[in-house]
Amino acid sequence: MSELKLNAYFGQYGGMFVPQLLVPALKQLEQAYVDAIADPAFNAEFQQLLTEYAGRPTPLTLCRNISPNPLVKIYLKREDLLHGGAHKTNQVLGQALLTKRMGKKEVIAETGAGQHGVATALACALLGLKCRIYMGAKDIERQQPNVFRMKLMGATVIPVTSGSGTLKDAVNEAMRDWSASYDTTHYMLGTAAGPHPFPTIVRDFQKMIGEEAKQQILKAEGKLPDAVIACVGGGSNAIGIFADFIEEVGVKLIGIEPGGKGTDTHQHGAALSTGSYGILHGAYTAIMQTEDGQIEESYSISAGLDYPAVGPQHTHLQQTGRAQYIAINDDEALAAFQLLAKTEGIIPALESSHALAYALKFAKQATEPTVLLVNLSGRGDKDLAHVHSVLAGGSL
Amino acid sequence: MKLYQQMFTRLQSEGRGAFVPFVTIGDPNPELSFAIIKTLIDAGADALELGIAFSDPIADGPTIQGANIRALAAGVTPAISFDIIKKIRAYNATIPIGLLLYSNLVMARGIDNFYAQAAAAGVNSVLIADVPLHESKPFRLSATKYGIAPIYIVPPNVDDDDLREIASYGRGYTYLLSRAGVTGAETVAAMPTSELIARMRSYNPAPPLLGFGISTPEHVKDAIQNGAAGAISGSAIVKLIEQYKDQPSQLLAALTQFVGSMKAAS
Repeated sequence: MSELKLNAYFGQYGGMFVPQLLVPALKQLEQAYVDAIADPAFNAEFQQLLTEYAGRPTPLTLCRNISPNPLVKIYLKREDLLHGGAHKTNQVLGQALLTKRMGKKEVIAETGAGQHGVATALACALLGLKCRIYMGAKDIERQQPNVFRMKLMGATVIPVTSGSGTLKDAVNEAMRDWSASYDTTHYMLGTAAGPHPFPTIVRDFQKMIGEEAKQQILKAEGKLPDAVIACVGGGSNAIGIFADFIEEVGVKLIGIEPGGKGTDTHQHGAALSTGSYGILHGAYTAIMQTEDGQIEESYSISAGLDYPAVGPQHTHLQQTGRAQYIAINDDEALAAFQLLAKTEGIIPALESSHALAYALKFAKQATEPTVLLVNLSGRGDKDLAHVHSVLAGGSL
Repeated sequence: MKLYQQMFTRLQSEGRGAFVPFVTIGDPNPELSFAIIKTLIDAGADALELGIAFSDPIADGPTIQGANIRALAAGVTPAISFDIIKKIRAYNATIPIGLLLYSNLVMARGIDNFYAQAAAAGVNSVLIADVPLHESKPFRLSATKYGIAPIYIVPPNVDDDDLREIASYGRGYTYLLSRAGVTGAETVAAMPTSELIARMRSYNPAPPLLGFGISTPEHVKDAIQNGAAGAISGSAIVKLIEQYKDQPSQLLAALTQFVGSMKAAS
């Protein structure tokens, strides 16, 4: 067998657990990636798209009012200001360029809240690729504006009714499609999870978040932050902001999982907090499962965090103690969502609100000067209807 | 592993190929599932390919997804599945029994423990749909330790290096894919398999059984004429279960007729 070019594992986590049929497609992607990052023309085009189309670098904003403790400064990395409204745009531009390098003309993608779907649709519109996006039927109902956005940009949105009709099932369906279409079609996976080489590629196409933030905070503070805080669904925005800080051992890395209605209930999406490991969607990693190994349905107020597994590098960072992972419940995230709007005039995504909620908790307990860096991974426009109905007395 | 060899030796002396039906254990419920599998044996199945229901069967099309959902809804667990296999093994001591399942069901029990339980239940081979060749080592070692044949899939896009390794590690039989995609009777074989089978032969693998999209006696006949040692049919059978799940006697009669006609073509 032709050997893999890159390590498929992070410690003991990761791997490429897919049907044999898909192995050539993943190897082709790995080869295309290895060649691309060594090609100055590829890097130049990627950089140009990030700068001139997507709006990088994104600003770093020091919060003026929200910190509950005068000793604590809270900085927000403003991925909410990126074109498309979330960090997702970064890596889809990279993958879209890889798609073209591989000579493929079509793209499939899965989406939960619709953010990755929107990002995929915009990148495909820009670069002349035909795309079809699998989305759970339930998610289509609750994320209508994003469905319309995707369609406006020329994507076909395919409802998935199997299973629970949410993100997990959309991934299943995308993988099924890909196993018949890999010759002509690239699977543009939306997070730093799934089979090798996706966790590596997606991280590398998101790591500019941390690289920029590091320079920006050094300029502002003359030193590194005490902690970097980011929400974790599959884990792409978190690994994107963590990556450049992993070697900076003095900087705490804190990932925030969706605690839903509480990790003591079954209604959450905090795979790392459950301490259970197995194989889902191609990787050995932390997953939510029954004793028999059946995958459990996850739950979160935030559709983008509603996923019963996490990228394998996060599991490795947790196991080695380099990062810690903490769950924040729906109501805490919802409170942070409103507080940021009221105090700073920024409406964050419900996903990012989880990270912010923990930063506020952390800040309250600080007894010495502390600098916190929070990844504000997306903006909250997509959540307005949902939050409005929750605040009006609807259910979470 | 021995039972597969005995089966292929017998079939060779008869000048015939194998017909291997697939069902998901416990579909549509444990009691009827046992009756279904007995019927498959009585109607002439040469070996059995049995699935353990999983929540996220990514290699399966809608028909077999439906079988997984029905079995899970009926409360079927891996433990119950092993119990049903034990009853089948008690009913027939010589028919090769293969398991086809997803990796997380193996991981959840611990790899060694899983293979030990499978062997104790009377299983002869295990195919894990989402474990490709280069991730297969721990599974293969454990299988071998418990006398279970590790089954490898040969897809149409296989390269020669992989073929060589599959031939050296695989035991029992080799699962040859007739086409890309997921399981299902909707899409039939898309490529001439004779070429791939000829390529395989030079590496001397375990006998190839052709699967995916095998739903008519014609498909079975073609598979064998193209050099396969037999054919596996899943979705066509599961469709009958789906259709007649509330009329057990009609279901068993339909299965007897279907398996009979498929076996006759082998």
